[in-house]
Amino acid sequence: MLRIKPGNRVQSAVCATELMVVQAPDADLDLRCGGAPMQEIGADRPADAAVDPSLKAGSQIGKRYVDADGTLELLCTKPGEGTLAVGDAALQLKEAKPLPASD
Amino acid sequence: MLLEMTAGAFPDREVLSHDDTRLSAAELFAAAGAAAAELRASGATRAAFLDISSPALPVALFASAWAGVPFVPLNYRLTGAELDRLIEQITPCHLVTDPARAAELGTREGVTATSSADYLARARGGAAPDPSWGMDPEEIAVLLFTSGTTGPPKAAVLRHKHLVSYILGSIEFAAAPEGAAALSCVPPYHIAGVASIASSLYSGRRIVQLPNFDAEGWIDLVVREGVSHAFVVPTMLVRIVEALEARGDVELPSLQAISYGGGKMPLPVIERAMKLFPEHTAFTNAYGLTETSSTLTVLGPDDHRSAAASGESEVRRRLASVGRCLPGVEIEIRDEDGKTLAAGQRGEICVRGEQVSGEYLGQGSRVGSDGFFPTRDAGWLDDEGYLFLEGRADDVIVRGGENMSPGEIEDVLVQHPAVADCAVVGVPDEQWGEAVAAAIVCKSGAAVEAGELRDFVKSQLRSSRAPQHIVFRDELPYNETGKLLRRIVREDLAEATS
Repeated sequence: MLRIKPGNRVQSAVCATELMVVQAPDADLDLRCGGAPMQEIGADRPADAAVDPSLKAGSQIGKRYVDADGTLELLCTKPGEGTLAVGDAALQLKEAKPLPASD
Repeated sequence: MLLEMTAGAFPDREVLSHDDTRLSAAELFAAAGAAAAELRASGATRAAFLDISSPALPVALFASAWAGVPFVPLNYRLTGAELDRLIEQITPCHLVTDPARAAELGTREGVTATSSADYLARARGGAAPDPSWGMDPEEIAVLLFTSGTTGPPKAAVLRHKHLVSYILGSIEFAAAPEGAAALSCVPPYHIAGVASIASSLYSGRRIVQLPNFDAEGWIDLVVREGVSHAFVVPTMLVRIVEALEARGDVELPSLQAISYGGGKMPLPVIERAMKLFPEHTAFTNAYGLTETSSTLTVLGPDDHRSAAASGESEVRRRLASVGRCLPGVEIEIRDEDGKTLAAGQRGEICVRGEQVSGEYLGQGSRVGSDGFFPTRDAGWLDDEGYLFLEGRADDVIVRGGENMSPGEIEDVLVQHPAVADCAVVGVPDEQWGEAVAAAIVCKSGAAVEAGELRDFVKSQLRSSRAPQHIVFRDELPYNETGKLLRRIVREDLAEATS
């Protein structure tokens, strides 16, 4: 379980994924990647780390991932191959609307 | 953070060009890391930058974020005394500046000064530290002294949460194709100069720097560097249009988009520009403030085209608007009592959103309990949410109890064929409290009588709007980022009409 705040960073225990918290509920979260609980950035990855083969949806750099009720939003700062989820519920890719460059 | 993502995604892509100096994303990232170590070691609590744009600028901006020290760009055009007052407010500081000032200011207590060239050389030669960073969204990212057209400069406080909200809310990461290049000619102490560094890198566009704007240099650089995007202030676009018309045969095949903002764009100028630039060049008008982490509203390329092509006056006039809100930004127009006004009614523009700071150093926040920040800009919204600016709320002329906006009268005057530029202000008047006065700049070789201009205004607006006083001037006072210095016009005209 992780308690995260906007600006915090977390990493996958089983792949290269790194995320920055954009928005998060004020509660302990069972945040997972590739089936394994995520860690604070910089923590040692377990030696036997492996992505669950059924949870390989992956993440894309620069994309934002949200939960179903929109209280959690995470920005992918380093991509990886594991599926992002809270508990067993996979996070969804948040679609961005293209805007013209303004500055 | 933003830079690390870019460096991670395409380390070898060139992200910065300045004459012969070229940096890849990985090189810029390493230089920022080394500069961050220098900044931490200096013990400074502020990272000041007092120089024209150079590759040292993005290095210093990202180094300050990395080291967790607020970045403070200072206006290099200020006088020594004006700068002294600002520097006093930000010591102990690490200052990146030109060689002469580095020697002079480096002897001050609490100032560690270095020249931009030395700073960049050390950063590029230094060892990159461990790329560990933690970002506290509540910490101050940038302190930016506002231009102070109405008074002494105040330092607007932008925290990481504001800038990151702005970037994430308006820019898609790595969306720019390889080869995209943004020409940056806005000075570093302008919010657009700061925001464009972050947004260009985040979107993957190369930054092409032009430290001292002139129209010929701008055109040459667009051609030479294959520039695809450029941001200009209205006065710059006026000069670019004139230079292109004079040269006649210049082609700008790479230029896909021009965005403009930072001041009011006269309608005839944008109409001329849209005819003159090639069809593939899209125009975007942006409105924003320092206090709101740059852009709030955007009039996009499609808006420009549909407005210009429309026969309906309601749609056509949107070309003179600043467009509609970005997602995540809300706008309300309010009267003096704070009551929200309906579409079409003029009042003060109030904005809400996560990118809105509205806070000044030492003065606290001006954001209301409902989250709205009163901008002191005046304007109105049309039925579809297009925002029209009417100048500063303080600029309103009160003539015999009737409120009128200078912008409305200026919009008419500038359409007269003999008028190149104009400014309308209120001057003291015994009978009316304030009288409407106009300063007119004629086009070269053109002349017009004051009476004809009065009739011209009366033909389009209520007769009370016709300027009681009209004076002719060779030019109007602007600051270097294209903002009319209305305070100076007001003083000039008050004297001329008293």
